[in-house]
Amino acid sequence: MFEYAPAPESRDIVDIRPSYGLFINGEWVESQGDERHKTINPATEEALAEISWASEADVDRAVQAARKAFTTWSALPGAERAKYIFRIARIIQERARELAVLESLDNGKPIRESRDVDLPLVAAHFFYYAGWADKLAYAGFGPRPANGQSGADPRPLGVAGQVIPWNFPLLMLAWKIAPALACGNTVVLKPAETTPLTALAFAEICRQADLPPGVVNIVTGAGATGAALVAHPGVDKVAFTGSTEVGRQIARNLAGTRKKLTLELGGKAANIVFEDAALDQAVEGIVNGIFFNQGHVCCAGSRLLVQESIAGELLDALKRRLATLRLGDPLDKNTDIGAINSAAQLAKIRELSAAGESEGAERWSPSCPLPDRGFWFPPTVFTGVAQSHRIAREEIFGPVLSVLTFRTPAEAVEKANNTPYGLSAGVWTEKGSLMLWTASRLRAGVVWSNTFNRFDPASPFGGYKESGYGREGGRHGLAAYLDWKLA
Amino acid sequence: MSERLAVRKTYKLFVGGAFPRSESGRSYVVTSAKGDFLANAARASRKDARDAVAAARKAFPGWSGATAYNRGQILYRVAEMLEGRRAQFVAEVVQADGVAAKKAGELVDAAVDRLVWYAGWSDKIGAVLGSANPVAGPYFNLSSPEPTGVVAVLAPPAAPLLGLVSVIAPVIVTGNTCVVVASERAPLPAITLAEVLATSDLPGGVVNVLTGFQAEIAPWLAGHMDVNAIDLTGAGPELAVTCEELAAENLKRVLRPPTAPIDWMAEPGIERMAAFLETKTVWHPIGT
Repeated sequence: MFEYAPAPESRDIVDIRPSYGLFINGEWVESQGDERHKTINPATEEALAEISWASEADVDRAVQAARKAFTTWSALPGAERAKYIFRIARIIQERARELAVLESLDNGKPIRESRDVDLPLVAAHFFYYAGWADKLAYAGFGPRPANGQSGADPRPLGVAGQVIPWNFPLLMLAWKIAPALACGNTVVLKPAETTPLTALAFAEICRQADLPPGVVNIVTGAGATGAALVAHPGVDKVAFTGSTEVGRQIARNLAGTRKKLTLELGGKAANIVFEDAALDQAVEGIVNGIFFNQGHVCCAGSRLLVQESIAGELLDALKRRLATLRLGDPLDKNTDIGAINSAAQLAKIRELSAAGESEGAERWSPSCPLPDRGFWFPPTVFTGVAQSHRIAREEIFGPVLSVLTFRTPAEAVEKANNTPYGLSAGVWTEKGSLMLWTASRLRAGVVWSNTFNRFDPASPFGGYKESGYGREGGRHGLAAYLDWKLA
Repeated sequence: MSERLAVRKTYKLFVGGAFPRSESGRSYVVTSAKGDFLANAARASRKDARDAVAAARKAFPGWSGATAYNRGQILYRVAEMLEGRRAQFVAEVVQADGVAAKKAGELVDAAVDRLVWYAGWSDKIGAVLGSANPVAGPYFNLSSPEPTGVVAVLAPPAAPLLGLVSVIAPVIVTGNTCVVVASERAPLPAITLAEVLATSDLPGGVVNVLTGFQAEIAPWLAGHMDVNAIDLTGAGPELAVTCEELAAENLKRVLRPPTAPIDWMAEPGIERMAAFLETKTVWHPIGT
């Protein structure tokens, strides 16, 4: 194996302020509450900035601003809204390197991923939905305009309260804000408490784009801020990406309201490898499936289901490949695996991994020195996993793969579907009919065959069962932000 | 000659293609709109509700796996059977709804036509709600609608036949199976409809009909962990909130009750079908 000299991306490109207020009505304002917390670089535990945790009163101000802005924003011709969103997309492209570095600093993900995956997808998402803003009447969510009158356009919902997770901070912001604005809604968005910096940078981008005040409001904070936002009576639509447990609470709290809800929650995806699969490609797919973004991916291929006849051969190849992964400085352009996002997440990964061992599964990691400071977890593979083990049932949200075997396609499907989740799945076979047979039986919203963890703004994403409801991306993603009444 | 004494029908539940009494042995009195005694209908228990869910789950793989063409044929067959028993349904609607025979005739005709309308959707909804997605890379990318699974349906209290058909057809035409709680006040047309379903090539368990007290049965279904979705069309405001809260436990898809009364005679949109469909997106690389 080659030795790699360090190749760090410079962090000079980012300009992080010592402290941030909230972005409400187009202005930076001080929080009316007392809570201020540091956001840290998980790779070094160094404090990056002091963040305000918005109080209920702050959330109320933000929702009021969004309500006020809704009147004018929703009345703008779609083509004008489109141009604002195109502007935002362009500015993201112009500042892509800066945003990628900022994301890696605050989140811990490798710069290779923030630069080559997150940021291109963020810009693409805004471009994609910008184009919808003046074409909504053709989207199939209401009558087409009659005689050139735009009055028949499907209507926006109003104010969208959006709460996003820390694993893809800016990308999740894009998935939420782009379709909301295109449809004519205004937004109050709460980023995750451990990764607020790119959302705050996005506030600056809204200013550079001259987006009218109040159309986008960013309130930073933790669970209490999010709870205040989704419960606010001035919110018409709630969009949440995060844990199934919090999603359940939100669904319960919204019962009896007229708020529209979409949820993108947890997953425990099966990645099925049949004996005729192209093994080297499958190995790359397995690695990408579970070690991409440190496994902090709701659709991660965290359960490897491998056909018994090739299990030994595949695992040997997988272990050889894992030995070549480089873990370390997220800003190093050679890094494959970055830092775990927070101490709390690291503790959860450790706890579940310990449970894997104590329940009798066999644990393996490549020799992998971990940095002294920061939060790190080596790529880990468990073999001899039973379906009843916690590591086969619960979402670990870390670089931990559970390996199970099967003999027949029917058994693979049965095991793959044996989970309350249903977000994604993978299928590896060179036989087209077997691929389609399997894909049609998997109860999951996204099926990657002979690939894994691909995303595109034109492609709907979202889950079955307890992985949530609604779709993000594509024409389907508009449904969540339009007043689509039952006829 | 004395007038011949009619042979009355026992109205039972419809579960898994069979017509059992409630295992609880309970029944309740059903009267006509004018208040005359009509029947002792079965008052379904929690066990009945669970049996109905188990029957619906068992029927799901076969029904969702049937071809869309086949499902359309069967729904059309239901319409044929309904048409053939038009007179019986007109009489039941007159009794249940208190409407004149002419109006009842229109309602039954509309129910038949509704089934025909939905039958035709079986192999078209995928073209309307699916898409081939132009992703920025060498990938084939296809999104298609798939049925959500087992759907609990609270039928509207009024419109005991047309409303009932209008909530069942959109659920099953796409491949879901369902457990329907019939109108509490007017459940008899629902059981007679079950006789139509039982003789229409519809596999047992695709539609299961429970009669009884809605406020009792609905929360059992809303909280059932093997039910994937719930249609609250027939629920009053208080029951709807209770059911929606219970439904959150396994993140059921919830169709909330309407904000304004529904005109069942009007042509429905596709929203009732869409509410119980999932979108599956399949990726595959393109290459040599």
